[in-house]
Amino acid sequence: MNDIAVLMETMDYGPAPEDPGIVIAWLEQHAGGFGHFIDGRFTDPAADHPILNPATGEQIATISQGTADDVDAAVKAARAAQPKWAALSGHERAKHLYALARHIQQNARFLAVLETIDNGKPIRESRDIDIPLVARHFYHHAGWAELAETEFPGLEPVGVCGQIIPWNFPLLMLAWKIAPALAAGNTVVLKPAEYTPLTALAFAGICRNAGLPAGVVNIVTGDGATGALIVDHQDIDKIAFTGSTEVGRRIRAATAGTNKRLTLELGGKSPFAVFQDADLDAAVEGVVDAIWFNQGQVCCAGSRILVQEAVADRFTALLSRRMETLRVGDPLDKYTDVGAIVHPVQLERITGLVEQGVAEGAQLIRAQVTLPEAGCFYAPTIACDVEPASILATEEIFGPVATLMRFRTPDDAVALANNTRYGLAASVWSESVNLALSVAAQIKAGVVWVNCTNVFDAAAGFGGYRESGFGREGGREGMLAYLKPARSRSRRAETPPAPLATTPTEGAIETGVAIDRTAKLYVGGKQSRPDSGYSYTVASRKGQAVGLAGLGNRKDIRNAVEAAQKGAAWGRATGHNRAQVLYYLAENLSARADEFAGRLRGFGIARAAASQEVETAIRRTFWYAAWADKFDGAVHQTKTSNVTLAMHEPLGVVGILTPVEAPLAGFVSLVLPAIAMGNRVVAVPSQSWPLAATDLYQVLDTSDMPPGVVNIVTGERDGLAATLAAHDDVQGIWYFGGDTGREAVERASAGNLKQTWTADGAAFDWTGAGAQGRDFLDRATQVKNIWVPYGE
Amino acid sequence: MTTSASSRIDTEPLSVVAPDPGRNPGMALREEMFAGHPVNTQAAERRAATLATRRSVKKAHQAAWLVNAIRCMDLTTLAGDDTQARVHRLCAKARRPLAPPIVEGLGLADYPLTVGAVCVYPTMVAAAVKALAGSGIPVASVATGFPAGLAPMRLRLAEIRYAVEAGADEIDIVITREHVLTGNWAALHDEIRAMREACGAAHMKAILATGDLKTLRNVYSASMVAMQAGADFIKTSTGKEAVNATLPVSLVMVRALRDYGEETGLAIGFKPAGGMRTAKDALSWQILMKEEMGGDWLKPALFRLGASSMLGDIERQLEHHVTGRYAAASRHAIA
Repeated sequence: MNDIAVLMETMDYGPAPEDPGIVIAWLEQHAGGFGHFIDGRFTDPAADHPILNPATGEQIATISQGTADDVDAAVKAARAAQPKWAALSGHERAKHLYALARHIQQNARFLAVLETIDNGKPIRESRDIDIPLVARHFYHHAGWAELAETEFPGLEPVGVCGQIIPWNFPLLMLAWKIAPALAAGNTVVLKPAEYTPLTALAFAGICRNAGLPAGVVNIVTGDGATGALIVDHQDIDKIAFTGSTEVGRRIRAATAGTNKRLTLELGGKSPFAVFQDADLDAAVEGVVDAIWFNQGQVCCAGSRILVQEAVADRFTALLSRRMETLRVGDPLDKYTDVGAIVHPVQLERITGLVEQGVAEGAQLIRAQVTLPEAGCFYAPTIACDVEPASILATEEIFGPVATLMRFRTPDDAVALANNTRYGLAASVWSESVNLALSVAAQIKAGVVWVNCTNVFDAAAGFGGYRESGFGREGGREGMLAYLKPARSRSRRAETPPAPLATTPTEGAIETGVAIDRTAKLYVGGKQSRPDSGYSYTVASRKGQAVGLAGLGNRKDIRNAVEAAQKGAAWGRATGHNRAQVLYYLAENLSARADEFAGRLRGFGIARAAASQEVETAIRRTFWYAAWADKFDGAVHQTKTSNVTLAMHEPLGVVGILTPVEAPLAGFVSLVLPAIAMGNRVVAVPSQSWPLAATDLYQVLDTSDMPPGVVNIVTGERDGLAATLAAHDDVQGIWYFGGDTGREAVERASAGNLKQTWTADGAAFDWTGAGAQGRDFLDRATQVKNIWVPYGE
Repeated sequence: MTTSASSRIDTEPLSVVAPDPGRNPGMALREEMFAGHPVNTQAAERRAATLATRRSVKKAHQAAWLVNAIRCMDLTTLAGDDTQARVHRLCAKARRPLAPPIVEGLGLADYPLTVGAVCVYPTMVAAAVKALAGSGIPVASVATGFPAGLAPMRLRLAEIRYAVEAGADEIDIVITREHVLTGNWAALHDEIRAMREACGAAHMKAILATGDLKTLRNVYSASMVAMQAGADFIKTSTGKEAVNATLPVSLVMVRALRDYGEETGLAIGFKPAGGMRTAKDALSWQILMKEEMGGDWLKPALFRLGASSMLGDIERQLEHHVTGRYAAASRHAIA
């Protein structure tokens, strides 16, 4: 019995335990183990995989390791269910998603307690953040299901989606995956993380209770081996993965050349920049939300604190003091700030990385907390004296550990912020709207929070730049990740280009012009000789030599990428400026229309077709000039008193390998949307007939196209593609050619996880209407969501 | 706190200054202590909103926190229809804030439990002093043209002296909001300084009327000027503004008194007032104090809750704690 008078002196909080009784009873009901959820039924449990409560180390359940047969059965069920599910009206699908949302709310506390027991996160977070966001996600996407037919015309569901989710937000990540997939008309096979599958299994029960048609949602449990079975399954149309960059890279390589669509939401090392005019107390609370939310096991955790030197001492002092009141311990206690690390393996990783950091000179500020004796716990930690090359500054720790570095100026802050291979999120603290928005614009990240952090809403897209992955979850942009163009693609395959004729030609070359013209490469706004010093003969369809083209090699690609990187100002120019250049380009192209038509005829293209191709190129140039200042972002409806800006930003430097056919229209159809959106391109023209593109040099020169925006390297497409795909400073690659080349490009792109778009060279009729559209602009942009709360 | 001896971490962690039982002598106006001080409203609101979800107290601890709230309560009546009899009744409640069975049930029969003070208008001070004789409970009086504070300065100062002469131990002054809204910090400082002198030995609480100041930046600046002018306590509201005590405003005032304490080594008290009616409010504000300032600011020397109806709800909650039955207000003595 507590003595009230004594308690009045200590004024301690005392324990505030959440009663887990109902969840414990549920787990006892399933003491025999959990099976998979396939085709609307639970399978007999193999029960060969123990599940632990990380806060106690005790086993709480057993699940089944998904086998090839299990995955196959799940995919079959999903495949069988998909046409009927997609054929439902949007309204019917909306009613199902709405029912799921309602059931989640009805089971909110159950799910929160179960999540906490399974994952170790504080009950306050699972109760106040995770589960409400889960319900919100299903409600939001019930809306998209309702509106899909009218809001996404010309698009159709991808089909069967394989979804693999992590252990840090088990049910929330499930919602982020399943809700948009179902809203768009897909069916899914989802694998929850091996450490934390229980809420997914509870959700399976909800699907059944809510009357979701069998096979629409299938859940297969297991470890990475089960995940690999899903990734490799022949009858899956799309893989959506959230997890580590390392595994994401493997999935990218494994799906190369399979025609599977892919979205990846991967790791991060997100900067948290505090400027000297910031509300420092607010920023200190921001750190609590950034790195001690969910024990720091958050892909977008603000794990690199950057503080302006003028306020660094004060900020460090305030932060140190704030750490004294953090409470670490029992996740089921309502006042716990920091709960348990998900698994001993993860705890070992955190401990090991911090030890390495200390060996490299890091100085630690640690919360003085008494950690529970059992279970996986780690004290909140700030590592100071960390240099950019330190392992603590470069590696994603995925634990309650942030680094603290000082910067001098806004430029310095941006440089440090971007000094990472990742680009998931960032947080910017300043009371100046000018400074905050300018820094937000410069940081390369998919989400930027101004004066807040780790704020989420279903209406805003979430996802990364760079090696943090691609694709968005949430909002309109998230729906696009589960839809594909419904236009009928040509089933025809491209005729592979003839091998390059690099030995000097025997016969005469019919250039059709009086004075010999040498087609060089076009790099940085200048014509340059190929590094190799060789040319190859360009022949007409009938085999008549019609000219020579430079034989570009890997060094030419290197130079072209460097030139393209130097042209970054193009991305910051106004849409109007870019439009003016493109209109001018069309004007100059039009003035030389006869010359270009003649060039095409020289390749053996019929007169009418040649004229039509030139006319298409001119019109297409106008069309993308028109779009240059109109492909608007959005302001999402998220929180109150918050402007959430979804900005379309260019990818950066895009390598474009153009199809063999339609040497002018194919080139223009791909290069124009890319540059209209502010990208710079390194383009490889039609391998067989590159001279239509090299004739553009003078047109580009006379159209005020800034140097470095369009770079053209002629030569062997697949060889140049390999160099571009493996180049770590190329942000996107579009390849239109054969299957071997597509696979090679996708596989090599895993190196820096550049965004890829590959299709057969004959996938489009390049002079037809289908070879232009908004989806080309979607490919050319990525969405950055900037959250700006306001209020005075 | 294990802070390394690194050159990069050359600042010691801030320690909250020990409570000073003495007075705040104040200082000359120093605008650099508040000019341009940023306060991010949304962040303050977010912190305030999560305080009560990040922390809670249950069972015996909750009972102790609720009793502590009584100990820190300025039991208040500030109404146009106040009479001596009304004040007498309030004082009776101040002496015995809980029904005896509850006190016994809590094991506090031998504990000298009273409220922190009784707060009345100046003309009611004498009645309160009489009613509280021998109890040790201080009498606080509002003054200076409460609540608007727009009486002539001479009269406002005279009102303070009147209340002090009538026996008030504490004076809750109101500031001229115009000085804050026009940024006339010197005038604000001079005014509060003069009031502080008029208070003499009585402790002075400066009511900022934050509901009129509107922005949290104004609240921070006004807090700092009031302390520089010698306020022993800073207080949110008169209870008569459209918006009275809120957690975000309190958070900003508490951070201001923390900053003032770091600069001067002086411990300033905090009094939220108005709008707080429930036992849950009592817990929320105490959690704010404990989280931001530590346990010393949970004692009546440095923390008061200005409230009138809150005590009734606390008494009901405590009876429930003792008996396990939900209580009815009609079975408790009213204030």
